[in-house]
Amino acid sequence: MKVTLKVWRQKDKNDEGRFVDYAADEVSPDMSFLEMLDVVNVGLVKKGEIPIAFDHDCREGICGSCGMMINGRAHGPGRGIATCQLHMRSFQDGDEIVVEPWRAQAFPVIKDLMVDRTALDRIMQAGGYTSAKTGGVPDGNAILVPKPAADEAFDAAACIGCGACVAICPNSSAMLFVAAKVSQLSILPQGQAEREARVENMIAQMDEELFGGCSNTYACEAECPKGISVRHIGRLNHELLRAKL
Amino acid sequence: MNGIIAFYNSTVGRKIVMSLTGLFICLFLIEHLIGNLLLLLQDGGASFNAYAEFLTTNPYAYLPLRIIELFLFFTIIVHAWSGITVWLKNRRARPVKYNTYGIAENAKFASRWMFGTALLILLFLIIHLKEFFFEMRFGEGNHNGYEIAHQTFANPYYSGFYIFAFIVLGFHLYHGFQSAFQTLGLRTKKYISLIEAVAVIFWFIIPLGFAMIPIYILLHPYSMALAK
Amino acid sequence: MALESKIPEGPLEQKWSKHKFKMKLVNPANRRKHTIIVVGTGLAGASVAASLGELGYHVLAFSYHESPRRAHSIAAQGGINAPKNYSNDGDSVYRLFYDTIKGGDYRAREANVYRLAEVSGCIIDQCVAQGVPFARDYAGYLDNRSFGGAQVARTFYARGQTGQQLLLGAYSALMRQTHAGSVKFFDRREMLDLVVIKGQARGIIARNLLNGKLESYTADAVVLATGGYGNVYYLSTNAKASNATAAWRAHKRGAFFGNPCYTQIHPTCIPVSGDHQSKLTLMSESLRNDGRIWVPKQKGDKRKPKDIPENERDYYLERLYPSFGNLVPRDVASRRAKDMCDEGFGVGASGLAVYLDFASAIQRLGKDIIEQRYGNLFDMYKQITAENPYEAPMRIYPAVHYTMGGLWVDYNLMSTIPGLFVLGEANFSDHGANRLGASALMQGLADGYFIAPYTISDYIASNKFEAVSADAPEFKEAENSITAVINKLLSVNGDKTVDEFHREFGKIMWDYVGMGRTKEGLKKALTVIPKIREEFWKHVKITGNAHDLNTELEKAQRVADFMELGELIAMDALQREESCGAHFREEYQTADGEALRNDKKFSYVAAWEYKGAKQKQVLHKESLKFEYAKPSQRSYK
Repeated sequence: MKVTLKVWRQKDKNDEGRFVDYAADEVSPDMSFLEMLDVVNVGLVKKGEIPIAFDHDCREGICGSCGMMINGRAHGPGRGIATCQLHMRSFQDGDEIVVEPWRAQAFPVIKDLMVDRTALDRIMQAGGYTSAKTGGVPDGNAILVPKPAADEAFDAAACIGCGACVAICPNSSAMLFVAAKVSQLSILPQGQAEREARVENMIAQMDEELFGGCSNTYACEAECPKGISVRHIGRLNHELLRAKL
Repeated sequence: MNGIIAFYNSTVGRKIVMSLTGLFICLFLIEHLIGNLLLLLQDGGASFNAYAEFLTTNPYAYLPLRIIELFLFFTIIVHAWSGITVWLKNRRARPVKYNTYGIAENAKFASRWMFGTALLILLFLIIHLKEFFFEMRFGEGNHNGYEIAHQTFANPYYSGFYIFAFIVLGFHLYHGFQSAFQTLGLRTKKYISLIEAVAVIFWFIIPLGFAMIPIYILLHPYSMALAK
Repeated sequence: MALESKIPEGPLEQKWSKHKFKMKLVNPANRRKHTIIVVGTGLAGASVAASLGELGYHVLAFSYHESPRRAHSIAAQGGINAPKNYSNDGDSVYRLFYDTIKGGDYRAREANVYRLAEVSGCIIDQCVAQGVPFARDYAGYLDNRSFGGAQVARTFYARGQTGQQLLLGAYSALMRQTHAGSVKFFDRREMLDLVVIKGQARGIIARNLLNGKLESYTADAVVLATGGYGNVYYLSTNAKASNATAAWRAHKRGAFFGNPCYTQIHPTCIPVSGDHQSKLTLMSESLRNDGRIWVPKQKGDKRKPKDIPENERDYYLERLYPSFGNLVPRDVASRRAKDMCDEGFGVGASGLAVYLDFASAIQRLGKDIIEQRYGNLFDMYKQITAENPYEAPMRIYPAVHYTMGGLWVDYNLMSTIPGLFVLGEANFSDHGANRLGASALMQGLADGYFIAPYTISDYIASNKFEAVSADAPEFKEAENSITAVINKLLSVNGDKTVDEFHREFGKIMWDYVGMGRTKEGLKKALTVIPKIREEFWKHVKITGNAHDLNTELEKAQRVADFMELGELIAMDALQREESCGAHFREEYQTADGEALRNDKKFSYVAAWEYKGAKQKQVLHKESLKFEYAKPSQRSYK
């Protein structure tokens, strides 16, 4: 099959950037979207041009590196997948596909489709952990965790930090990302000691990074490759109120 | 005090303020609707005017009601101000827009148009206050609310604008109501279906109740005359 | 140079505790005066950087990723072993030690493996305290399952994403230390050389991938936790960026490379669908608990699987291994699948796949149970292949998965360069010739949390460190040599892309240095590899320049190193004239086609010394002694 790509090209963070059209002529429906880009890139290099830069690594939907806006959808059409799990069979022969980087003040473009998501790490540094010292901890079974709590915590912990929630959110809000960590650690007994400080510090850092606020459109949940529920955002809000009161 | 300012300045804090003010306004709307439905009674406005009088002149209720009224205005201003500032902050969070943006496939209409519906409601509110509240309270002419309502809504353009405004309000309330619970962290697994059900009430029943008044008056152009 | 494994004296059970007592300590007030570089921030790197930072050292951590959470440790599915004996099924440190030694086909050090088993319990405690959401039973206790053919349930797991959760735990510990200021994290930096001054590892040169600048960093010790080299084969279950460059360049600076030929092939991967394939996806081997593996009895049978009647199917694992059936170890299952395909019984468009059929399990247990057990794997398979495994059998094929070989280290995890420590998959130490399921996560975290922090302190306390500056001639020399390589790569301006070379090279490695190795094949590889390497340096085409973010240039350097390492793998495989674990030499097998070890001649660790670009690498042997686990022949009949 053949598709036409309209790809955002931007040399570096200071460049203005523009869309460039590319024809991908020998596309197999079994290819992943990233493999299709690989093929386009081989063609570009052979022509002496600079290949399209995009982040990617594990290519099995768990590392969270890949991420681009494909026809207006974070990680492209389909639910519960990262870009690397999108296959060309999701498109029709002759389609035009618009590919853009994540857009957010907090995610400056590095090059082409690569953006800088280190703001997410800085939010984690502000409190996304328990301060357990190496070695100075009790036996694993000394801390009981009811199964439903463990399951709920896991649902939140499944976040891969790809930034799709920020990308699709009309407000470029990182609430789902922050909520996933706050929720996980507020449910588990291990997270209780630092519960209040954690939520306050992480939200303060989120604001400092210039992410927008949540207007409860729930688009983040719809586009999250791991289907993380917005009820964790509810819990985050609750945790903040609880900490303040 | 610094703590309160810091709380209000955080994105989540400001949203919590918006939810609380929004829910208070919802409570007011219920009261307002119940009162207004008295307009539909075929008693020549006796009940409605008695209700209006109670609100404005009853000596025992006067002070508490004025306090509540001032608080309501304050609430509306805080709600609107918070909404505008949050909207501006959110816009700044994405300086470069998408060429193709598939938000419509991922989020409900009502949630995406909260700011737009809010602006229309604000416009409506200004007209509404001028036409009724100021007229009845401070106006030079007729203070009979029942008559003002019947005169005003006899104009089909005016009624049409009101009905349109109620539809817009419906969308705003539908999202706003459940959104408030989410922001307060109360939209939990256990209560989610209850909240959604009540949100539908706010979506349909409250705007429908309000809209019934102009509709009824439009359909019964002589009701006022008959009552006299 | 003689290899000193520095295994402590004394009974096996007491070696580590005695050693811990003997090791020197650094005064807490003095620790911050010592800078330690950690390269790679996956499980091993993040855990050691966080632990060293917590102790008070000044830690510089480097990753070519934007964030430590992207490391490929994140992709591990199954679980992590620890002999907690929570299941009351007779597990013990000794049993885990024994299983690991046996699983490694008696090619690992007893002392190292025992220590690994000994500290593994602490890992679980540590991760629980960090908030890792391990599976729990209804009473709230930690749940265990048996994994990879183990007879005890000692595997702790977090759904099918154990690696992710453990990495996020280590990452959060690292973020905490970054916040505290004890660790400075450098993102998008790739280590391109190790700087050795007066015989000690004293720094690294890293390339800032965003702007191409070469940056020099000095330290008193350098830790490599840079993962394995499975991408030598191009197609593997490794992440795209996983590479051997840091380890290989350290090797060129004097660190011996241990057992490079031990590369593990995982039997249940989704087969290649075409030339465009960029990587392979692993599916948990737990699938073999209920799936039945078969091929058509007739060669080249192109009928749909459901049209092939029972009596025309060959359930070859059940036929060859009546007692273990579909649950034979990874290496056996992989080799038999390859044999079947080589003989023409393979299925699918490429003929390089066998069926893994759940029809009888679904019939016996019902679709719901199968969905509960394997739902996410079935979904993953469907996502990739667009076929529904509930209706048609899966197609699977083996793929390169893990490399047991790596830089040689002594008992202290220090390489042959003083001050250079190597952790996790990057070292050769604990898995022998074959790694058992759920033990990679265990080793990475054991090294990072509970072994290296002690041994590095001992090294710091036992040595004197003269002040070094990044302007030292050794740094300049390293920088110049990197610049020369980069300029050379950019000046070729040939006609073939890096990926094309990598793919071609990987195919040679897979064909001749893959699952079934022969003397002829390895010799052939050793003649072809230098040629393709020469081709590469004459014809590779890289666009862009050295002063920008240039992904092609990054890949080119990695592939250039793979092409050198590939040759060493073939040399190592050629000299090891026996079959053991994952290393299978066709000439050395039992009558039943099983690996035939030669303990008399090959009970040693092969450690290779780099002698220069034009010289042959020199083989050193560290002989292995088995005082507790006596070598025996594996049998799965």
